Amino acid sequence: MLAADTHGFLSPTGVEIAFFLVGLVTFGAALVTVTTRQLVHAALWLVVTLGGLAVEYLLLTAEFIAWVQVLIYVGSVVVLLLFGLMLTRAPIGRSPDADSGNRWAALTVAVIAAAALIWVVVDAFRTTWIDLDGAPAGSTEVTGKALFQNWVLPFEALSVLLLAALVGAIVLSRKAKADATPAADGGAAGPDGGGAAKADKEGAR
Amino acid sequence: MNDALDVTLRLLVVFVVFLTFPLLIGQTEHKVMAHMQGRLGPMYAGGFHGWAQLVADGVKFAQKEDVVPTGADRRIFQLAPAVALLPYLLVLLAIPIGPGEGAVGEVIDAGVFFVLAVMGVGVLGALMAGWASANKFSLLGGLRTAAQLLAYELPMLLAAASVAMAAGTVSLPGILDAFEWWWLPWQIVGAIVFFVAGLAELQRPPFDMPVADSEIIFGAYTEYTGLRFALFLLAEYAGIVVLCGLTTVLFLGGWHGPWGADGLGWVWTLLKTALLAFVVIWLRVTYPRLREDQLQKLSWTLLVPLALAQIALTGIVKVVIE
Repeated sequence: MLAADTHGFLSPTGVEIAFFLVGLVTFGAALVTVTTRQLVHAALWLVVTLGGLAVEYLLLTAEFIAWVQVLIYVGSVVVLLLFGLMLTRAPIGRSPDADSGNRWAALTVAVIAAAALIWVVVDAFRTTWIDLDGAPAGSTEVTGKALFQNWVLPFEALSVLLLAALVGAIVLSRKAKADATPAADGGAAGPDGGGAAKADKEGAR
Repeated sequence: MNDALDVTLRLLVVFVVFLTFPLLIGQTEHKVMAHMQGRLGPMYAGGFHGWAQLVADGVKFAQKEDVVPTGADRRIFQLAPAVALLPYLLVLLAIPIGPGEGAVGEVIDAGVFFVLAVMGVGVLGALMAGWASANKFSLLGGLRTAAQLLAYELPMLLAAASVAMAAGTVSLPGILDAFEWWWLPWQIVGAIVFFVAGLAELQRPPFDMPVADSEIIFGAYTEYTGLRFALFLLAEYAGIVVLCGLTTVLFLGGWHGPWGADGLGWVWTLLKTALLAFVVIWLRVTYPRLREDQLQKLSWTLLVPLALAQIALTGIVKVVIE
């Protein structure tokens, strides 16, 4: 964390206090997300959780990651989630059947995963401090250089993986369409499975 | 200047712009639409050509009863207008209107990402409103809003990425510093894609399917009354200011102009923004509403390929000139 070599653990700086408080809010929002009985509320608490994470990234000088987090997760993933909920079932009020019988198994897995992650991060970065002289470590320029100089191969591998997923989605949606009645509606077979499915739904209405 | 005072002043200026510019555009819309349709528009409020019409509208909205439907999810219903409106205020902070660090609310390193990310959050407000109203028309409006956002976010991002590639930076003042006049023809396709996708994200006609009044009353905002309804309207017009300002900064060179770029840069920014706002109004009067499947088709089969082609062109030119 910032300026950690001059400040001990027991005399935190303002940034550290802010980091802790935002962390608390994020953690609380995450808990509410998985425990609330109201489906849409869960999705909206997820927005608070993801936003809180973005603020934590900001406090750790990772500005680029923070905005990308907001753009992808809050702006797209949650919107997609809400879209799906509204299309299928989004009652106002409690849904008693929204709970799963696996909550203890889920809790166990979550605790183990959290413990493993914390252990790995603490063990790997225990003695690493962010160098605040020069360009901030998380700025767009530094991130871009690191990504395209040191990490090009994983980056390209990821792109191929995403492309494969995209092609797979198109194949699946086209197959589903061929199986259904060959009624010719105005729906566009867009380059994205979701787009075609959406157009179909709108046409059916 | 004192730091705290400096920050306060900047925030104050941005806030005043946020409160006045949407009203200016709204009033212009009243008058321009009226004259394009052979009417006079508002003529009485305030005396001179009805200049105070929107002030009167605001007073009217403030007096109305604030109704929350019985079946609605109260808290989310009441929170939704704020979620729809506040992102545009934040975006205004990052738009530079003149050269140098003095003419922008706050210099943000990853400015392009910031503005697009925060603008996307605003749509959550419409989704929340649509769901929490406990009204089928509202829910349909919310659904259409989500579908529209998902379709048009991608071409908008790609078009903005093209400019960022050309400038070699994602900071908005940095993009303006790198701007040359010949970027205008070079990036023109990207500019049109960005502007059209932005219009769709704001749900302005001809992309106003989510609020299509002849089908679903007023979409997600059907159940709203009084000030909360006014806040949604304000969000729409603030969105126009933000979209026109962003298009100006990213594609039209912002404060660059044929002359007077040193002292009068902000005049150029405002002029270009106003011109674009006029185009937004013009489009509303000119084109009929697109059907939902036409909306999706336009985005996926036309705007996305065009944006990708623009990125390819940007890359090729960039490599050639280096």
